[in-house]
Amino acid sequence: MDFYLTALLQALCFSGIALGIYISMKIFNIPDITTDGSYTLGGVVTGILLSHSLPVSAILPIVTLSGALAGAVTGLIHTKLKINALLAGILVMTALYSINLTLLGRSNLPLLNYKTTFDTLTLTADLNQNTFLILCIFVPILIGIIGYILKTDFGIAMRATGNSETMVRALGVNTDRMKIIGLAIANSLTATSGFLMVQFQGYADINMGIGIVIMGLGSVIIGETIINWLRITSVWLSLAAVLGGAIVFQLVLAFTLSIGVDANLLKLVTALFVLLIVSLPRFSFTKAS
Amino acid sequence: MISLKGVQKTFNRGKANEVMALRGIDLEIPERDFVVIVGSNGSGKTTLLNTISASVLPSAGEIFFSGENVTTLPEHQRSRWVARVFQNPLSGTAPDLSILDNFRLAALRTSAKSLKIGVDEKFRNAVRDKVATLGLGLENKINQPIGTLSGGQRQALTLLMSVMDECKILLLDEPTAALDPRSAEVVMKTADDLIKQYSLTAILITHNLKDAFRYGNRLIQMAEGQIVKDIPSSAKQSLSEIELYSWFM
Repeated sequence: MDFYLTALLQALCFSGIALGIYISMKIFNIPDITTDGSYTLGGVVTGILLSHSLPVSAILPIVTLSGALAGAVTGLIHTKLKINALLAGILVMTALYSINLTLLGRSNLPLLNYKTTFDTLTLTADLNQNTFLILCIFVPILIGIIGYILKTDFGIAMRATGNSETMVRALGVNTDRMKIIGLAIANSLTATSGFLMVQFQGYADINMGIGIVIMGLGSVIIGETIINWLRITSVWLSLAAVLGGAIVFQLVLAFTLSIGVDANLLKLVTALFVLLIVSLPRFSFTKAS
Repeated sequence: MISLKGVQKTFNRGKANEVMALRGIDLEIPERDFVVIVGSNGSGKTTLLNTISASVLPSAGEIFFSGENVTTLPEHQRSRWVARVFQNPLSGTAPDLSILDNFRLAALRTSAKSLKIGVDEKFRNAVRDKVATLGLGLENKINQPIGTLSGGQRQALTLLMSVMDECKILLLDEPTAALDPRSAEVVMKTADDLIKQYSLTAILITHNLKDAFRYGNRLIQMAEGQIVKDIPSSAKQSLSEIELYSWFM
């Protein structure tokens, strides 16, 4: 049971990535690979500041800002230099690897003796359950903030930008600026995931972000399947569905490990699982028609 | 209201596929004029409309709105004056957003989109009343994604959206080209009513010569990037439909 609880905790830590990918991919229609770099960036910044004994309340704003900066750079390259979004993301992600390594100064930084977000409140004696309760406060706040932004006039303009760019420009929206801000928000969410994960696992690692984008993609795609099944139109429920996607994803991975699949094959299993979810709607469509 | 001075547009300049879409257009459109532009494909009608809305920037020449030089203003800034209805019904609305959200955005065409929730009960009722004037029964569907509606309904809503915020210039680029005759009729009638009701300065591009004959108070024919005929209000009334057809023969 503890095994699945850990998976659930991981999923909640990944909720930032899932929401970030949801914003970049589903709302802006931009495949953003910056994720791998900005996730590690969030983790690295958290690690360094924690080891300098800064309180987490001061670390979180810096982490979100650093993520936003990474996203804004991708956005600027994509919109101002008119470079394909995928390539822009890859460029920033690659550059971030060196930046992260320089910031961290080594490849791994253990953080076991510092006071983290999960130590600020003691609700139960059990460590994992306490972490779970704190995440149960943190994640809904995150969803609340993003949901609120998407409901505002600015958020409507954001959602319309990825939907019908011609219309949005004709309605007086600077779509370039919108995309830059959107990618900044998405990557600050991703960095927040790095912030949570580093504290949860107790170390920052230079390779923690490799292939992490697939985690977000898989979560969003499962979330979207849920959205389509239940015919959800509300913004809040859509975000909740994406969180649900992240949880399902982690539980499935935990299950594959528990039935004895070699841990070295985990990335292969992940890729196959995402492939399965992506192709699932296609299969059912061909049967229906 | 709109004044174009020597506007030229060349696509792919200096390449083998260079196209001179506009060859020096001089055009004065006074306030409340409803100009209909006809002309064969490739005559530069759409490019002309696009230079007015700034989705295409002219290679040479200047554009003025009410005396103000707007030549270098980008599209999202020129939208302060200009509302548009596109040829493709899909371009004028955001399909995954509800009718309500689409209208909210349209209501903010000339102002900033701030971090406030603007869709309240009052706004909802205002949209419901506005949509009801179309008589299409859409007032009960304002929370539905606009992409679930037909092309004709979307085009009619796009027209309504253009007058949600202060609007002076309405550009209609073949708004009925993709519609069946009945929907086309509804859209054209709605356009005509709105233009009169809100005293708009409007430009309509159409291939439907019946519409060109019936609507507007001024008729312009374009060919090869130039204005070849400019029929003012008085002469347009005495123009016969047969005569109009003969322009294209």
